[in-house]
This record gives sequence, structure tokens and C-alpha cells, in this order.
Amino acid sequence: MRRFLSFRDFDWTLLGIVLVLCTISVLEIYSATLHTKYIGFHTKQMYWIAGGLVAMFVFAKIDYHKLIDFVPWAYGVCLVALVAVLAVGQKVLGARRWIKLGPMHFQPSEWVKLVLILAVARYFANLGGRSLTWKDIFKAFALVGVPMLLVLKQPDLGTTLTYLPILVAGLFLGGINVRQALILGTCGLALVAGVWTSGKLLKPYQKARLTSFINPDNDPRGTGYQLLQSKIAVGSGGVWGKGAAKGTQTQGDFLPIPHADFIFAAFGEEHGFVGAFFVLLLYFFVLMRLIQNAQTAADLSGSLIIMGVVAVLTFQIAVNVGMVIGFMPVTGIPLPLMSYGGSSVLFTFLALGAVMNVRMRRFVN
Amino acid sequence: MYSSMGNRGEKLSPLKLAVVQYGILLMMLALTAGLWRLQVLGADNYRLLAEQNRVRKEPVLAPRGKLFDRENRLVVDNYPSVSCFLVREQNRNVDNDLPLIARGLDLDVEQLRATLRRYRAAPGYQPIPIKLDVTPDEEAFIEAHRNELPELETIDEERRLYPNDGFAAHLIGYVGEVSEEDLNNPRFAYNNPGDVVGKAGVEETYDELLRGQDGSRDVIVDSHGREVGYLGIQHAIPGQDLRLTIDNDLQRAAELALGDRNGAIVAMDPRNGEILAMVSRPSFDPNEFAVRINRADWNQLITDPDHPLMNKSIQAQLAPGSTFKILMSVAGLQEGVAQNMKITCSGGWGPYGFFHHCDEHHGAVDIHNAIPFSCDTFFYMLGDRLGIDRIAKYATAFGYGQKTGIDLPGEQAGLMPSAQWKMKNYHNRWYPDETLDVAIGQGAVEATPLQLARIIGGIASGGHMVRPHVVFPDQLPADFRKALPESFPGSGDAYIPIDPDNWNIITAGMYQVTQPGLYHTAGADGLPGIDFGGKTGTAQVMSHEALDKTTKGTVTRPNVWFVGVTPTHNPELVVAVLWQNGGFSYYPARIGARVVAAYVEKQRRLAHNLVPVKTAAPVEMTAVWTVPDSASGARAATGKQDGNPSPIQAGRFLVQDGQIVADANQQTTPALKGHDFSRAVKAAQRTRALAPEGQISRMKPAPKADAPSLRVLSGARVGSHEPRPASVNPSATPKQLAATPTTASGKGQ
Repeated sequence: MRRFLSFRDFDWTLLGIVLVLCTISVLEIYSATLHTKYIGFHTKQMYWIAGGLVAMFVFAKIDYHKLIDFVPWAYGVCLVALVAVLAVGQKVLGARRWIKLGPMHFQPSEWVKLVLILAVARYFANLGGRSLTWKDIFKAFALVGVPMLLVLKQPDLGTTLTYLPILVAGLFLGGINVRQALILGTCGLALVAGVWTSGKLLKPYQKARLTSFINPDNDPRGTGYQLLQSKIAVGSGGVWGKGAAKGTQTQGDFLPIPHADFIFAAFGEEHGFVGAFFVLLLYFFVLMRLIQNAQTAADLSGSLIIMGVVAVLTFQIAVNVGMVIGFMPVTGIPLPLMSYGGSSVLFTFLALGAVMNVRMRRFVN
Repeated sequence: MYSSMGNRGEKLSPLKLAVVQYGILLMMLALTAGLWRLQVLGADNYRLLAEQNRVRKEPVLAPRGKLFDRENRLVVDNYPSVSCFLVREQNRNVDNDLPLIARGLDLDVEQLRATLRRYRAAPGYQPIPIKLDVTPDEEAFIEAHRNELPELETIDEERRLYPNDGFAAHLIGYVGEVSEEDLNNPRFAYNNPGDVVGKAGVEETYDELLRGQDGSRDVIVDSHGREVGYLGIQHAIPGQDLRLTIDNDLQRAAELALGDRNGAIVAMDPRNGEILAMVSRPSFDPNEFAVRINRADWNQLITDPDHPLMNKSIQAQLAPGSTFKILMSVAGLQEGVAQNMKITCSGGWGPYGFFHHCDEHHGAVDIHNAIPFSCDTFFYMLGDRLGIDRIAKYATAFGYGQKTGIDLPGEQAGLMPSAQWKMKNYHNRWYPDETLDVAIGQGAVEATPLQLARIIGGIASGGHMVRPHVVFPDQLPADFRKALPESFPGSGDAYIPIDPDNWNIITAGMYQVTQPGLYHTAGADGLPGIDFGGKTGTAQVMSHEALDKTTKGTVTRPNVWFVGVTPTHNPELVVAVLWQNGGFSYYPARIGARVVAAYVEKQRRLAHNLVPVKTAAPVEMTAVWTVPDSASGARAATGKQDGNPSPIQAGRFLVQDGQIVADANQQTTPALKGHDFSRAVKAAQRTRALAPEGQISRMKPAPKADAPSLRVLSGARVGSHEPRPASVNPSATPKQLAATPTTASGKGQ
């Protein structure tokens, strides 16, 4: 029954594109941190990528069905960890997001993403593709909503929002009908409006972040400043860019955190429209390749896992690039595969590992 | 067997996946469109913004021009100073930082807030000056709080350093931050708020030249405003240094002579209008203005009843008292009235019912002793015979009631009444009785010390009137020099010929004023060995406020004047002294005498030290002479006249190597031609009365009876180290002199 699994079934094309993106990332981190105190972060990023690759291969080896069986336990651990963060986590810049385990700083909210992808896939796969009742929908909401609220409490609005596409993708692919979708959409809008006006659930800085992108010039030294500088960086890059390590916005420290959240702006400044478009194209190939894998998956749960990954990655790309070019507010969501950061790199590679996992087993049965 | 799922074989619908794919495509297109908008359509705009981010224009402040005295000694210097500015856009919460800033910079928080409020309308990047000239401690505070207070910036500047005891303060003026009203004035059209401009005196008049032109530096900065390099620099053009006409030594002597007395001194060279000293009391310290004067000090300065900021030498308009009698004498003699007046002074005169007093019973008085006696009775009668209109005609011609046109701001015109003036202002006819008051310089007549110096110096020079000035015009740009008389209108240069006979009578009278003996208006103040004359004046304080305080002492004491000249004929120095409420007119005469003595002593000292000019240039001289075998010649030369001055002749010559080589008035020369005057010149040089260029102030008549005796009264300017062309002397009559070839070359051979 068990077919011999070979890495020949691994998606080498996808991995190739991903590694091109990682190379661009390392080079741009090098360029962006050249004159800052973050100098040398590109080497660290290389270690993270290497670690991510190892984790991806390991993760791909474990059958995703086993993972899905294991998910309820993992989900429980996640909730405990999130509560623990709130209780004993380290406060950095006014938010508790990290737990210190020995020498390691551990940010559970990233891992929750992965577990949620699996949990949502399991939940909707179990429903077997039948049309959803309101009860099913509410259960799905509860599944995602509990960790969301815990993360929101940290507070970490950006990560909280990344959980949402997992739920939306699950509902959409799991069989929600148009009427239900409309009702949910309306409720969602009402909820957003309610949260906004209540003035308690969102911190003032979160509100400021969300509004300042509409008119960044109102507050040129605040969050609007970051957006404005980002737009200036991207715009001044022009068609061909200013050249590697020659971006005045990046090198002059006008662009905030140019190696992390705003790495796309730094890249856009130094390599212009041509470079930025090339990167977007790579992301497009990655996403299309993932969807193709979802189509060829052996079963519904495999497809749903991959589509969960697609949902998260698409959301992160849209929000991050959208922020950099001034379409979206500053939310602190990193650009997958490009932004510096261990948690982000590890999550992405593990998510890709899950995809590989499903793909390698596409001929099972 | 791997899971409990019963969904094997279930697949996602391809339609839904297609929807997802198109959704992603749509998102990518939207992002691409966004990139296109920024990087292709908006590239130029954002490139500009990036450049503005990166490059900051920093002013390079031009050092203000220094001021030197006539001998190139430094009077006003600059010193390096650090000023603190606040740039609002460099911090979000400037308001929260204000208490800390105020504490660190020793400022008042409320005042600081008020400063910021004033700049509320200005753009956020504009630096707001919050403290100028910070101390080293405050500078250390700013450095130490670079990160907490990124809004603070420091700028190195050059600041004004004035003499610290108010030395020549009114003449120099002061600088200050340009006020908001000033910015609307076209004169400050190119100034920005916070700029430092000249506010008074030379600093104001010559601000355009002194201030130079600020440059700028294109500095590359990072987001914290830290300088990481610069692109280009436009150097500041330093302000022009100016050489003032004042002589530090004489200025110091005048300052010391006036002491703390409320009044003014003007010392001027009447041959060219160069102001050698100008003092006004009480004084102030211009250094207090160089940074920013605090409110309390300012209020004290402007509420002081003695007006320390007022330059009394050009702004105090007061009755000239008896100094006006010089002008009366000119009018009387030129009109042919005074020569024939022989009156008896019996203590006053009152032809119109009101008795006008004279100080004493002078007895027999004529024009020769009326001036040294300062006999009011004589001038009452002279004034009555002349009538107000003739007096006003002469007075106005010589400059009463008009500004002199000095290159200092705020000069006052004084007042010369006339029948017309009275009709215009009081709609009433002029009563002859009023003329008597005017004749002794009282009534409505008002003059400034500078006016008196110019008028009396001009009369003693035979009617050659000059425009006073405090900066040598030759160092000014042509257009600026041309614009000066328009900016400072006044009577300026003028020549009102005075008959030499009349001139001799007046100058001889002025000489007698300071001589001990019969007359004692200032009899004790003659300076042995110095040809020094003048005229005193006492003017009752007539103002209502003074009358109100009649019982309170000094306020009612009269203002006293002295205007002195040296030498008496064709003087090279005229000194006007005003002491408000000084009491007796011989007090200012003593003050004036000290200034004159300081001047003459310096000239002699210099003459002794100077290297003689090798090839003597022709020197212009004005002289009186007597023809041989005239008995009165000797007496005329010593200034003692007996009422018969006809044998004395006056003229102007160019003298070279003892010979008269050119003559302004051809027909007077034959008697002198061919005689050698080098002996007279050498004798004078030996006694150091003559500068190398040929100034003789006192000289005995030639010993031989058959040779004409020449007394040289003035020559080229003294104290210069180089020979000067004769035509420089403004008292020359250039048209006539130019007719002879010698003057045309002018310079030494």
C-alpha cells in the first residue's frame, strides 16, 4: 500500500523559484544593512534559510495525514503557549509576543499559523465537501477565532490578520454558499465598524496606523512618515533603479527597517520597476505552482493544506507590497521569503514543506 | 488507514481553484499597476522628494564687515558664537520637550512657547531661533541630548563685538534681529525672519555693505539629520570692512572730556566734513543688542528720561543760544549793517515795550568786540536792523533748520523761524520783538550740535560748507555713494562766499573769545601755543515740562554750548559741545578746549614721528598777508586788530619749495611772486607747528621789513603719511586753480 517515496517527486521547480527569491532577499538585506547597525544580517538570514530548508525536508518526510491526526494536540499546545505568552512573555516595544526558552526567543504566534492551516484543512476535509450549515461555519469561526483573540491581546494586529485568510480560504473551498457568504460579509463589515467605533478593542496606535495610509502627509513624522518614505523610496527608483547599495532612501536610513518589513521598498528603490516586477512575477509563479499542486493532491485534506498556505502567502504578499506602495496601512506583516526574520523564514519553509509533503504523496492510492 | 477521514477521492472543484487563480492574478496586476504609478509615472516627483530628503541646504553665514577708525585701528570686530535653533519637523512631540529645553538652555518656558507660537504659520522645516549665543554649558547640554531632542540644532555664527564701554556707540549703532514690521519695509526685502540687520548708526546706514551675502552648503544627511557628506558649497561673501572717519584717540579724548555729563560732542574737519569724534551722553552698551536685548534692559533704555539711545549730536534740537551770534555777524557784515554799528550797551534793550536783558553793561560795543563780549544788546539791535527775513535768509543758507545730510539715520533738522514760518504754523504775523530773541539764538531757533559744527566751521572757512560724514566715501561702491545724498538729504556741500574782510572780523572775534583778558565768556580756556577760537552759548530751558519743575534744581539750569575751531582761520577742526542743563557756558568751553588740545597735541606728535615726504608736492595754502611797510601788518598777523583791517589781504596759493607756484586769484599774487617763503615754512616745521605737507598754525611775521610777511593759515590735511594732491581739499576753488598747469598735475613731481 505504501508507495516508495522519492525526492524525485519533490517540487524542484518550486524550490528553484523559492531559492531565487531567497538569493534576492539575502543580497538586498546585505545592501540595506550596509551602513546600519544591522550589518551582517544577511549571513544570519542565510543560516535561517539553511535551517528552513532542513526543516522543510524533514517536515515533508512526515506524512501529512499523520500531521493532521496529530493536529488537535498541536492546537491545544498552541493555545497554552499563547496564554503563556500573555502571562510570562517578554515585553518588547509594548507588546508581549516572545517567550524566552533558554537562549531561544520563541514567538508562538508564527507557529499557530501553521497549526491553524492544518486544523482548518482537517476540519473542512472531515466535512467531506458537503454544503455547510451555519453550525459548521460557527465551529470554523471558533477554531480560528480563539487563537486570533489571544494574539490580538498581545497585541499583534498584523499576525492576527494573517489568520483570517486561512479561515476565508477554508470556508470558500469547504463549500460555503453565496447567501451565507453575503451574510457573513455583512456581519464582518458591521463587526469592523463596531470595533472601530468602540474605541476599546483597538489601541490608538493601531488605529493611527490604519488611517495614516490614507493621508500620510498629515503626520509626516509618525506612521505616515514610514509610508511616505516608502513611497518616495519606491517611486524614486524609477524604471531601472538606483543600483545595488545606492538607494539614498535605503542607505540614508529614511526608509524604516529596510531589511525587514520594508525590504520590497528597498529593492524597488535600488532595482526599479523592472526588478520589482520581476519579483512579483516570481511570487506569481510560486503561487500558481502551489495551486497546481493543490489540484494534483491525492485528497481534499491535502488540497486544503496547500490552499491554506496559498491563502497565507497571498495575503502576506498583498498586504506587504500593498503597504510598501501605499495601498495598505502599516501592519508589520513581513514579506515571505524576502523579509529578514527567523520566525518568518522558518514558517514559510515549513509551510512549503507541508506543500511538498502533499505533493510527494499525490500518487498515493 | 492513515486517518479517520472518509473523503478519499474528494477533490476541490477546479472552478473554485480557477477563481482563486484569477483572484491572485488580479492582485498581482493591481500591485503592478501600483508600482507602475510610483516608479514610472511618478518617478520624477519622487526622485525630487528623495533628493529633498537627502540634501539639506545649510546657510553659511557671512561675517559682517568690521569697522576701523581713520587710522585703520579696529573699532568693531566679530567673534564666533553658537546659536540654538529648533526644527519642529524633526520631532513629533516638541511641546513635551519644551520644559526640558527651557531648563537646559536657561529660558523661560512661557517665553519659549510664545516664540514657537509666533512661528506657527511657518513651515515645519524652518529653524526657529530659540537662543542666540549659547554658553559652552548650554552647548554641552544640546550635544548630550542629541537623541532625546532631535529638534535642536546649533549653528555657528559670527557675532558683533563692540567696544564695551559705549565708545562711539551712537555713531556705530548696533545690530539686532530684523523685526516683523521691518520685513515689510523694502529696505529689508531680501531678509528672512531671524536675520541680523543694522538698527542704528553706521550699522544701519551701511547695512547693505556690511552684511555681505550668506552662502549655502548642500549637505547630505540621513534621516536623523546627521551630516554624512556634502555635495557643493556656495561660499559666503563676507561683508565689506569700512573705515570710519573717526579718530580713536580724539574720540577717546572727547568721551573723557564729556564724562557723565548729559550732552554731546561733535568734532569735525570742516575742510571735508569728516567726523573725527562724536559723543552722546548718556550712552549705552551696543553689545547688549548684539545678541538679543532682554525686555527689562530695553524698557530701561527707552524710558530713561535722558534718552540714552538718542544720538544727541544729531538728534538733540535745542536753542543754540549765543552761538547763533556768529551767523548774525555774518548776516550783519555781509549786508553792510554791522560794520557801522557803534552802540552803547547799558544792560539791555527794549524798543517794543518788553525789556530784553544783556548779561552786563558792556559800554561801547562794535562788531569787533561784540562777539568776544557776546553782547546781547548789540545783537538785539543788529537783529532789529536786519529784520527776521534777512536773518532767516542767511541762517537757512548756512544750514539752520535743515539736516546737514550726514550719513547717519535719524538726523533732525532743527528749526529756523521766519515770518512765513510763523504765518504757516501759527497763522499770525511776525512781531519785531520776536526778532530780538532770535538774534541771540533763543525763541523758536533750534539747532543740533552737528549743525552748529558745520555752520560755524564753514563760516570760519570763509563760507565753504561741507556735508558731514562718518565713513570715507572712496571705499563705497559707486552706486551706493551716488544714492547716499538721496537717502540722507540735507544742505550738504555749499559755498557761500564771505567777504575776506568780514571773515577776518568774525574769525578774529572768535579767537578773542578764548583769550584771557578783557572778555570773559570763555577767557580762561585759551590754549597756550594753539590758535584756538570759538563761541559759547547759553540757552534758557523754555519747555513747559521744565517750567513745571522750576523749583527742582538742575532741570532749569540752561543748556550750554561751545563751538570751537582750530586754527581760527580756515580751521581743520571744529568742535561743538552741548551740555544740557550745564549752567555756565565756560564749562563746555573747557570741554571743547580739552578736545582741541588733544587734537593739536596728536598732530604735533605725529609730525615729529613722521618721515618727511621726499619730493614735496605743491601744497595748497590759504593765507593772509600784509604788504611791506604797512604798520598794521604785524598786528594783523597775531590776530590783534585795531579796526582798520584794509592792509590785510587773503588768498589761496599752491606753494612748492617755498615758492608760490599757483594762485587762485591772479591779481593778488604780484606782490608775493619771486619771494622765497621756504624760511617761513622751515621755521614753522622746526617748531612743529607745520606738518610735512605744510600746515602752519602759528608763525611770526617775516623779520625783514622789505619782504612781504606771509602767514599761512591752513594747508593740506595733516596727519597723512603720503603727499596728497592739492585739489583734494574741498575748500579750494578748483575751476580757477585748474587753469594753471601746475595744479593739473597736482601730485608731486
